[in-house]
Amino acid sequence: MSVTLVFMAVLMGMVAFWLLRHTINVRPWAAESRGNLINSNIQLPATKIALGVFMAVVASLFALFISAYSIRMSLADWRPMPEPDLLWVNTGILVLASVALQWAWNAANKGRMEIVKRAMSIAGALTVAFVLGQYLAWEQLIATGYFMTANPANAFFFLLTGLHALHLFGGLVAWYRTSARLWRGVGETAEIAKIRLNVELCAVYWHFLLVIWLILFSLMLNT
Amino acid sequence: MVQAAHDATSFVAPLEVEEEELYHAKTFIGKYIWSQDAKVIAIQYAVTAIAIGLVALVLSVIMRLQLGFPDTFDFITPSNYLQFVTMHGMIMVIYLLTALFLGGFGNYLIPLMCGARDMVFPYVNMVSYWVYLAAVLLLVASFFVPGGPTGAGWTLYPPQAISPGTPGADAGIIMMLVSLALFIVGFTMGGLNYVVTVLQARTRGMTLMRLPLTIWGIFMATVLALLAFPALFVSAIMMTLDRLLGTSFFMPAMVSMGEQTAYDGGSPILFQHLFWFFGHPEVYIVALPAFGIVSDLLATHARKCIFGYRMMVWAIVAIGALSFVVWAHHMYVSGMNPYFGFFFATTTLIIAVPTAIKVYNWVLTLWRGNIRLTVPMLFAIGFIFTFINGGLTGLFLGNVTVDLPLSDTYFVVAHFHMVMAVSPILVVFGAIYHWYPKITGRMLNDTLGKAHFWITFIGTYTIYYPMHYLGFEGLPRRYYAYGDTAFMSDSAQALNSFITVAACIVAVAQILFIWNLISSLRNGKPSGPNPWEATTLEWQTPDTPPKHGNFGENLPLVYRWAYDYSVPGAVEDFIPQNVPPEDVPTARTDDPTAAPAEGQPA
Repeated sequence: MSVTLVFMAVLMGMVAFWLLRHTINVRPWAAESRGNLINSNIQLPATKIALGVFMAVVASLFALFISAYSIRMSLADWRPMPEPDLLWVNTGILVLASVALQWAWNAANKGRMEIVKRAMSIAGALTVAFVLGQYLAWEQLIATGYFMTANPANAFFFLLTGLHALHLFGGLVAWYRTSARLWRGVGETAEIAKIRLNVELCAVYWHFLLVIWLILFSLMLNT
Repeated sequence: MVQAAHDATSFVAPLEVEEEELYHAKTFIGKYIWSQDAKVIAIQYAVTAIAIGLVALVLSVIMRLQLGFPDTFDFITPSNYLQFVTMHGMIMVIYLLTALFLGGFGNYLIPLMCGARDMVFPYVNMVSYWVYLAAVLLLVASFFVPGGPTGAGWTLYPPQAISPGTPGADAGIIMMLVSLALFIVGFTMGGLNYVVTVLQARTRGMTLMRLPLTIWGIFMATVLALLAFPALFVSAIMMTLDRLLGTSFFMPAMVSMGEQTAYDGGSPILFQHLFWFFGHPEVYIVALPAFGIVSDLLATHARKCIFGYRMMVWAIVAIGALSFVVWAHHMYVSGMNPYFGFFFATTTLIIAVPTAIKVYNWVLTLWRGNIRLTVPMLFAIGFIFTFINGGLTGLFLGNVTVDLPLSDTYFVVAHFHMVMAVSPILVVFGAIYHWYPKITGRMLNDTLGKAHFWITFIGTYTIYYPMHYLGFEGLPRRYYAYGDTAFMSDSAQALNSFITVAACIVAVAQILFIWNLISSLRNGKPSGPNPWEATTLEWQTPDTPPKHGNFGENLPLVYRWAYDYSVPGAVEDFIPQNVPPEDVPTARTDDPTAAPAEGQPA
């Protein structure tokens, strides 16, 4: 559980630090006069904060899985599993998908919507390719007789890749909605700002899932 | 009152807080069934939680009947008994308390107390409730499948939970695990809303340190729940796979029913770590909202500012952070490394410090306050008693050497019921008596409320106090019947019967409460907008009950914290949060025409 413990310590440390910083030099009992009132909300779009919180939840989920993985790994019946070489290809594809979204984000910042469209299509295609590739890796393992019950390392492999793919599917829903908005046309400035925000959120989420995947993949290589 | 707030806008720059685009439903179904209004969702959550909670209450009565009068009731078999224990625990902790505090009170109070029109993602909020309802229905459905619900105990420890011979090991356990996973998915949707709304949608002037403690408690509990529920999710998924696909995450090699199972090498202790990594924060997920709400009840009904507001906030934050490093004190008897026990005993004693600070501050808030013994206040004071009681036995059990002999006895049952069952539920009652007038526009019946309080409060003591003695005597918990065992003396059996009688009386007395809730909808005395003369924003709404959008035309502006009670010099003994200092009538310039209406009952 030490992985989770460290993760939680860092996370709760950040939460506590942030809260303390905003509460320490305040005299809550003092009333404010008219004209002095401030808006002390976090000045970020709600969806951006929500994505941050959601990524913390997902990170917590995977940190717990990694803890479970390392505890289970230390037990006597753990056997290394064969890693399909296909996983390296898949990793490359996911990296490219992340790069494509970064490209889309940069282009969106410059307001060049044609490039955003192209980059978004490429990112979507690459992500679908990644998920299909993962499925092929599953097929290869099953064909060689390494399904979930074969050994605990396999069980974790299927579980973790499956969950990671599910999170990517969720991302694809957001990607689809953003793309639909993008192709519907970008007339008004408000609409452009919205698209820019959505592209940014997609890019951040993809980077996050890429990092998670890299951690999981290195764990699996480490059996 | 509201008028004063609106006039105030002419003195300040236009609202910087972005106005939300509200979804305005037109049909009855859109307004009350598939509603995106946090207040309606809150009521849906609360009604569902209370309904399933009543089921769990009945289950506990059946258990008590068996324990108090063994060999009397034929319909309670040993398997049934275990199933009832399991379902009672699971429903009460997760489907009632967690859902009611966060889904119910969280949804109702966060937008109103922060001065927001609604949650920031109303659609997600609506889906959250329906997923929760699906989880509840799945749980209820498990009573009707072959083999019945799971009887593995609310902790669902493997290998027992999914081994043949345990009640509900076929379908019941799977439905339980899927229902939990659904609950967590639903909660995460709601939880994102609560956190983001508190961080991003507070009205102008509502700084973090002007938030009522209710919101602080709910906010921190939501943060805990968002981070801790994944642990339960992880263990639920892995156990489902062990059960359905035959993996060995948790299942060791073992012989079951005379046959070697296909499982090999899994770790039941791993499950315990994951479960309690969720399980201990869960205690605080239930406790922190209760802490927050009770602080507001005490301040409002004692007409005094809360003692040590900043310390209360920091204590909530500290408890939240520490609650992640105490989980293994539930596992002293699991055979883990003794150094672990030392570490977790230390952290457990450390977390008692911020908790004790809160208790002292509640008591000091009452000190020389102008205490109004209203029904919510009675429940709040009752909470202080039961919480201190349960908290102190927690200090005993936090020490490894004391815990080892007591761990599997009724002492633990007494401890956790005092500290995380009775205490939060007293706050739930207090909060319902407190906010019912805002939700419905009518007061609850005072006499019924007082009767309900005294029977419940004294009743819980007569139920749980004797259990401490039973625990000392060594009476093991989770047993269906004791038979002719040496550790079960005649007097202990007599005590057990006494507890059962008390439990039945308390359970039946809850009819008073339910009846009060229902009949006051029609017959309750109209409450007016602010019957308790409270300062927080939800009492300053233009309409009671608040309409869609909460605050009418303009959002309120917040000039002060929520605890300006009995301010020296002010005419009224409370100053609402949205009254600027310039508008507070003082004793010297007491001019009735200049005084803004202070939101008294109409």
